[in-house]
Amino acid sequence: MMSASSRPSAADGEHGAAGQAGAKKAEAARRRPRRGDVPGKLIVVEGIDGSGKSTQLLLLEKWLRYNMFEVFRTEWNSSDIVRSITSKGKKKEALTPTTFSLLHATDFADRFERHILPLLHAGYFVLADRYVYTAYARDVTRGCDPAWIRKVYDFAIKPDITFYFRVPLDTAMDRILSGRPKLKFYEAGADLNLSKDLYESFRIFQHRIVEQYEAMHKRESFVVMDATMPIHEQQMIMRSKVRKLLPKKLKKKTVLEVPGHV
Amino acid sequence: MGDFASVRDASGAVVAEAHAAYGRVMHDGAGEDYEDDDAPGDSGAGDITEEYSDSHAYYDSDIYRQLAVAEDAGTAGGSRGAGAGGGADAGGGSSSNVGGMKSRKPKWYGTKKFGGLHYLRDIEIAGRLIVIEGPDASGRSTQIELLTTQLEAEGYAVLNTGLTRSEIIGQGILEAKRNISLGVRTLAMFYAADFADQLEHKIIPALQAGYVVLADRYIYTLMARNTVRGIRRSWSGNLYSFALVPDMTFYLDVDPYVLVHRVFAKRQSLDYYESGADMGISKNMYDSFIKYQQRLAREFGILEQKYDLNIINGNRPTDAINAGLKKQILRYLSKA
Repeated sequence: MMSASSRPSAADGEHGAAGQAGAKKAEAARRRPRRGDVPGKLIVVEGIDGSGKSTQLLLLEKWLRYNMFEVFRTEWNSSDIVRSITSKGKKKEALTPTTFSLLHATDFADRFERHILPLLHAGYFVLADRYVYTAYARDVTRGCDPAWIRKVYDFAIKPDITFYFRVPLDTAMDRILSGRPKLKFYEAGADLNLSKDLYESFRIFQHRIVEQYEAMHKRESFVVMDATMPIHEQQMIMRSKVRKLLPKKLKKKTVLEVPGHV
Repeated sequence: MGDFASVRDASGAVVAEAHAAYGRVMHDGAGEDYEDDDAPGDSGAGDITEEYSDSHAYYDSDIYRQLAVAEDAGTAGGSRGAGAGGGADAGGGSSSNVGGMKSRKPKWYGTKKFGGLHYLRDIEIAGRLIVIEGPDASGRSTQIELLTTQLEAEGYAVLNTGLTRSEIIGQGILEAKRNISLGVRTLAMFYAADFADQLEHKIIPALQAGYVVLADRYIYTLMARNTVRGIRRSWSGNLYSFALVPDMTFYLDVDPYVLVHRVFAKRQSLDYYESGADMGISKNMYDSFIKYQQRLAREFGILEQKYDLNIINGNRPTDAINAGLKKQILRYLSKA
């Protein structure tokens, strides 16, 4: 795809140099928001199901709230408007890798435009349980073009910290499958025809997603967490990292541990 | 919905290839060169009977059912379309004509680095994709109706598609648009999902089966709408890099002051989104419509250069426009 500025446009020709400069300026004004544009902080957890990331994010939220910070937590695929359509497509098992990807992108765009970005502008701590990296990992595993998927999501602001919960596949599988829950079609990656057995399919699918996470963690500067460590120890590491984002005078006052059962 | 399921089965098979090594089908540049040699028409002001409802008439038509059956029957190739087209309303000559179009690899938008649908890179298509673009009330649907009849009379099997007509997502967009709080990017993404669904479930299977697909609007309208609402052109261009490059694209260029009268002649009110009312251009809906349509037209001027659109003077009577389109399209198909 040619970039918008690579060729003089018809309209520019009509309006002369001023029009061209105007168009460039307008295009520049549309640039993606950057971290420095907003006073809020964006903290993301990523990892496969069963890595314990949601538990850790909840504990982090409690700690921030206990210290009187304004916090907003948002989960992947949770926008009301988009959910009903996505679930309709899922029920029919009629989604292709691209439509699956774009519907999740729609969901993300809705949460980003209505919640994440305005709240970051308002100075909130936004805690995201999965972010664009989930799309990078899952959609590429499904066969979407890795470069395309990054372009589609390039309106998203870069997180201040992304914690990646690295866990051996068997550990994660044991955590999820111990009760032999009923796996959903897309959750198990059954659309990829990996295996006739849904549990085996799920396992292969998760393995491929882990490969994607591992391939991107350096480039995306993830903070890699050892998800086999005790919950409390992991949480202390997360808090120490997040403390560095706090305003100076608050750093000392902020308690590191939540006493009791807040 | 047996029909739909069978199409999905076809795509399910395609999905299975998703893990093959990454490879790309590139947009290999220039298409055919079409000249606009529309003869001036002699009919009076055409009856503007454009269909506004997002009717699923075509979607559920016999032709679509035929298509589903054709897809079900097996993989597509150059000669598959002959079998599919033979049973359609197209008439006696259809088989030979449809089968006559050369099968080839599809062209995708995008660059060497990315673009196209990875997992469909090995497909062959026998049909042809023809797009009619134009603003609200520009006469697109009327032209498509006329062309459909004319092409079928010549023996081509025709499938019609349009925006927000996808089974899974189209209705969702219409519902979502009633929710005014929806963001610009969210709506843009919704439209992309709807488009992708139709591309993979309708357009590509039909092309594989040797149909002439007449698309009532395509990615260009969606990109223009995004840009006038403040989204970067490069983002929209990248987003739609998975789309097929049409064989021919016509843009019905109609003066906004003519457009507004055509709209009023039909329904005495201006549509909220087609007037850009969500953009807060003006409290006066008439002003807002004119300015919004002017901005879109300007954007199409930019798209024309980038995407090789054929600009058609849409201010002329329906018959005159149709005569020119028919001539160009039939000439192209006879050589295809």
